[in-house]
Amino acid sequence: MSARHRRLLTSTVALLGAGVMVTGCTGNTPEATGSGGGGNNAASSNDDTGDTVTIGFSAPAADHGWMAQITAAARAEADGYEDVDLVVAEGTNDVSAQIAQVETFINDGVDAIVLLPFDGAALTPIALEAMQAGIPVINVDREFDDPDAARVTILGDNYGMGVSAGAYVCSQLGDQPDAVVAEVAGIDSLPLTQERSQGFSDALADCGLDVDNRVAAEFTVESGEEVTANLLQAAPQIDALWNHDDDQGIGVLAAITNAGRDEFFMVGGAGSANAMRSIEAGDSVLQATVIYPASQAADGVRLARLIAQGKALSDLIDVEVPRQITLSAPVVTADNVDQYIDSAFES
Amino acid sequence: MTEDTRTPVATPETPTGASPRTTSSSAGLLAGPVGRNLGLVVAFALLCIVGIITAGDRFASTDNVLTILRLAAVVGVVSIGMTFVIIGGGIDLSVGALVALASIWATTLSTQAMAADTHWILMVGAAVLVGAIAGLVNGVVIAYGKLVAFIATLAMLAAARGLAEIIANRRTQIVQDQDFLRFFSGSPLGVPTLVWMFALVAVAGWVLLNRTTFGRRTFAVGGNAEAARLAGIRVQRHTVALYVLSGVTCGLAAVMLMARTTTGSSTHGTLLELDAIAAVVIGGTLLVGGRGTIVGTVLGVLIFTTLSNVFTLNNLSSSAQAVAKGVIIVAAVLLQQRVAAGRRQRRSSKALPPTAAEGAPAGASPGVPAP
Repeated sequence: MSARHRRLLTSTVALLGAGVMVTGCTGNTPEATGSGGGGNNAASSNDDTGDTVTIGFSAPAADHGWMAQITAAARAEADGYEDVDLVVAEGTNDVSAQIAQVETFINDGVDAIVLLPFDGAALTPIALEAMQAGIPVINVDREFDDPDAARVTILGDNYGMGVSAGAYVCSQLGDQPDAVVAEVAGIDSLPLTQERSQGFSDALADCGLDVDNRVAAEFTVESGEEVTANLLQAAPQIDALWNHDDDQGIGVLAAITNAGRDEFFMVGGAGSANAMRSIEAGDSVLQATVIYPASQAADGVRLARLIAQGKALSDLIDVEVPRQITLSAPVVTADNVDQYIDSAFES
Repeated sequence: MTEDTRTPVATPETPTGASPRTTSSSAGLLAGPVGRNLGLVVAFALLCIVGIITAGDRFASTDNVLTILRLAAVVGVVSIGMTFVIIGGGIDLSVGALVALASIWATTLSTQAMAADTHWILMVGAAVLVGAIAGLVNGVVIAYGKLVAFIATLAMLAAARGLAEIIANRRTQIVQDQDFLRFFSGSPLGVPTLVWMFALVAVAGWVLLNRTTFGRRTFAVGGNAEAARLAGIRVQRHTVALYVLSGVTCGLAAVMLMARTTTGSSTHGTLLELDAIAAVVIGGTLLVGGRGTIVGTVLGVLIFTTLSNVFTLNNLSSSAQAVAKGVIIVAAVLLQQRVAAGRRQRRSSKALPPTAAEGAPAGASPGVPAP
């Protein structure tokens, strides 16, 4: 190899090395993540320390602020209990990898599994296996196909989210029968997006309105900006806009600001801290947002602990933990934003 | 030195009368690229007519035209870099990931703090530098490491996005610098800054490709790398330069995306490489290299952006739009192949020396030296 080639190779290696070192030169000082789940829960005898339980936790990759908060809240919840040993598997969007994680939990003989499957149907068989091995499974957010695959299912309410948004729009515009309502949805091929849209249009129908313009983004900021820019051209006059997701909402708001439009009000979804700060400040078209709780996994951890220790939900008479819990989808406006802003997720 | 000897080197026909001896009467700016891209222009005109018929004033307004141009700007800038790479015989699958990485690097808290102390141009510089360095790595691995471009850039695609996710901790990073945002959302002379940037990059790309030796070398390297090397062109160094250029355009695109969305995120530029390659291909650039035009690429980008706009104006589903996109790509390439075949027949009937990359089927050895 000629001297020149060697020089080039060395310089490349040096460059790569420099690049690696430069990576250390940039960085993010750790942000203050929102406190994982509000701590204003009444203490009950259920919180007394019992036998130590090992809980296996598996969720998809935290590439969305909401998903990151799910894992963070679950960890924080487990840290609050001395008798909980939480084993957190690496977040992954690969279904086979997640199946492998659950298999590992089964082999390790954990006392309970809290599972937010990337795809409910795909993870159902392995969840069934875990149940049959005597390990209770707590199914969070994305439902399995088979009711026997989980001991407890804790869900957000996608349909209810749409209904809450639609009801809010109706409360503001119900007296204008020809109001123009627009919708920026998330990934259209997901059942949860379809449920949300269905809830929205059903609630609008109750007051005689309907969705006039609908576009679908992909839960990312870039796609939100792109589809909204086109949507604003398609509808020169809008009265209300519902955006399914506050993360893509950053892009939606950027497009609205760029186009200089402000004749309508906007309702968000999921309830990010950014959106709530915007609502509190009142300086944009964003007036309200609908919460899709990011505390579901934390609730799942609590329930897993109760089941593993043989306890029941304290405020219910029943001696067994319920099979299914569906959380509500409250609307956050400037009036009640201070109640919710502390437990909101950062984008 | 050997640039001007036409016979032993396979000089592919360059678009605008750079080899006026082969095109008959048409010299000058418009005849070459527009003639060659006539099909594209017709398709674009048709699309605009459909838009006007179905959406009337909403489509034909200045606002809408500017929106289309603004949306086309990011893909457009990346596509221009991609045109160079593909003409040079390579391909760059990592452009989307590089846009994400550049946007993340430029919006980290430390970079933004530094920019707040000095000037927001630091963020622009950071993005372009990151793109250039990543392009350099791509180029060196492909040219000197002798790795196939597809594989090398595929690896960079995965690695760059992973690095972006690590640096950002998978969070969305918001741009705090208001001067930065104000500058890029301004509209000097009524045209958005982003559109000016796209126009500048397109013009610079055209000049670079058609009026400089760099451009001619690119055609030579893409047409027949071995012959180019024998002619004295330093193929490896030139290949590295091409990928650095692509990386720089990615950095610029990252800045534009940061301005449009006010954020840097590891989800930026998802599937951007496919959009860029599609635009470049329907613009008339051959995937085997050796031939292509900037005008064609720009038209390709505009066609796709206008398509998406027309679909939204008519409230049609995005799935239908994706199908239409696929049909357009196939139709455009088929049309170009037939036009190229027709031209080749006409030319050989005039008994002119065959040029290297004129519609050469993939895998055929181009550039037989003329006797």
